[in-house]
Amino acid sequence: MTALARQRGNWWHRWGEETLSAYLFLLPSIVIFATFVFFPLFFSFYASLTHWNLPFKPSFTGLENYHYLFTDEIGAPEFFRSIRNSFYYALGVPLNMGISLAIAVLLNQRLRGVSLFRTAYFLPTITSTAAISVIWLWIYHPADYGLLNSILLKLGFSPLRWLRDPHLAMPALILMGIWHGMGYNIVIFLAGLQSIPTTLYEAAEIDGAGGWARFWKITWPLLGPTTFYVLVIGIINSLKAFTQMHVMTEGGPLGATTTITYYLYQQAFENFAMGRASAVACVLFVILFILTLIQFKVVGSRIHYE
Amino acid sequence: MLRSKRARKTVFAIFWYIVLGITAVAVMLPYIWMLSTSLKGSDEVFAYPPNWIPRTWRFQNYVEAWNAAPFGRYFLNSAVVALAVTIGQLITCSLAAFAFARMEFKGKDVIFALFLSTTMISTQVTLVPSYLVLKTLRWLDTYQALIVPFLANAFGVFMMRQYFMTLPRELEDAAKLDGCGRLRFLWQVLLPLSKPIVASQALFAFMGNWNSYLWPLIVTTSEHMRTLQIGLRYFVSQEGGTQWGIFMAATVFVSVPIVLFYLFVQKSFVEGIATTGLKGA
Repeated sequence: MTALARQRGNWWHRWGEETLSAYLFLLPSIVIFATFVFFPLFFSFYASLTHWNLPFKPSFTGLENYHYLFTDEIGAPEFFRSIRNSFYYALGVPLNMGISLAIAVLLNQRLRGVSLFRTAYFLPTITSTAAISVIWLWIYHPADYGLLNSILLKLGFSPLRWLRDPHLAMPALILMGIWHGMGYNIVIFLAGLQSIPTTLYEAAEIDGAGGWARFWKITWPLLGPTTFYVLVIGIINSLKAFTQMHVMTEGGPLGATTTITYYLYQQAFENFAMGRASAVACVLFVILFILTLIQFKVVGSRIHYE
Repeated sequence: MLRSKRARKTVFAIFWYIVLGITAVAVMLPYIWMLSTSLKGSDEVFAYPPNWIPRTWRFQNYVEAWNAAPFGRYFLNSAVVALAVTIGQLITCSLAAFAFARMEFKGKDVIFALFLSTTMISTQVTLVPSYLVLKTLRWLDTYQALIVPFLANAFGVFMMRQYFMTLPRELEDAAKLDGCGRLRFLWQVLLPLSKPIVASQALFAFMGNWNSYLWPLIVTTSEHMRTLQIGLRYFVSQEGGTQWGIFMAATVFVSVPIVLFYLFVQKSFVEGIATTGLKGA
């Protein structure tokens, strides 16, 4: 009896106490994740199956919200346009990557004063999207005295309506997005470039490979996982973009910048259609989930390389 | 041969400096335009062609912008929220990271996988239910609403765990012999040894929260609870969109403090991104 008690005490001492303390250490995080991540996620699935307009109570309607989004005469074109707009906005990602990679390669040449340039390129990334949106709202001002229009006029072109033109609003947001996100990409690319052993370049130089050949034969293949990572993260962030649309265009003109995240916001916080908004959230979740899985796979394979 | 090669290298270097310099100036132009407009009176703001350097410098714009909306209150709100989130995250993350890195317990792998899975679920997806949770708690339009949902961060837990795992096990044995409990060991031994990771996690938390937009937009309803970013947006949209000198002055004092802050801490920030961005998750 005493032996058993001692054994139990021993067990308690060795495992029970440690397990209990570990869970106490995890408790704060678990409570927050349960309340603001896992519960909301499952609740979204449920709410997407209800008709629920605040301040009224939800009523179960099955797949009606999804029918509205995917097949309704009014709902479906709006919803598909928001998905199209989101991926249109994401077209800025490869452009951004091309510019960022070129700059990163230049910065990686160990020139003097490079850190000064890097600081300059990085400033937009740490400035808040709200502040940047206000600055560019002014740059894109449709009058003649708007900065871009005044440049156009000086070059002999006619001024443009920029954010008020349904065809130009999204390209304008993409251009601003490139300016905004370049710094982050440059830092990631630089880290990738610096992990490539210099001996490879030295060997290639001895073999007589020029700068161009060295880039395509060494840099580009070895940078592959980094490039892919930047691409997927960039697309994910584009799909989540909201601030610039809210500050600069409010989804307009004529819905030209209503992306899926903005559409979700409109349904939930302008129309108070919580059920329909939850259905949009579930679709967004699936899209982001697939992209994140791809990213994890690639990052995982990269760790195997090293 | 050698000389010509060196000469070619110099020519290339000069060329690259010019390319980098032009892009750097292009990147800085919107900031310069913001500063320039912030000092212009309305006659000059609407002048065509526009000047880069204002003829008369109107510092009054800053005073007028500051007084036109409760920007002092917005600053206070942003600072309180960002600081609370940063400190809170450091506490919850280091506790959880310690458990994952240094303790053995049942269900460790499952819980760790669950933690990591939260990084795949973005605020946008859980926006509606999270809002409803706060509404049920009657927390809308309070500091809690802006702070509490962000008091856990799986990415922070992961990064700190990785760091803790690199510190030698012998530290713990020595601490145990001295009768030092786990919490004291974490606080007095482990965290002081983990300064780089603590610093970069704190920076990410602070900057991310300071700049956040969508969440504070939906959970604040009254003017005095708005954060700086939301306050700036409403200021610009409510004034009818014409007072650009004053708008730019407001944008300057919203954006410049964080830029200055960044210039002081940029080394650990950039290193943080370079390591977490690549090797994270």
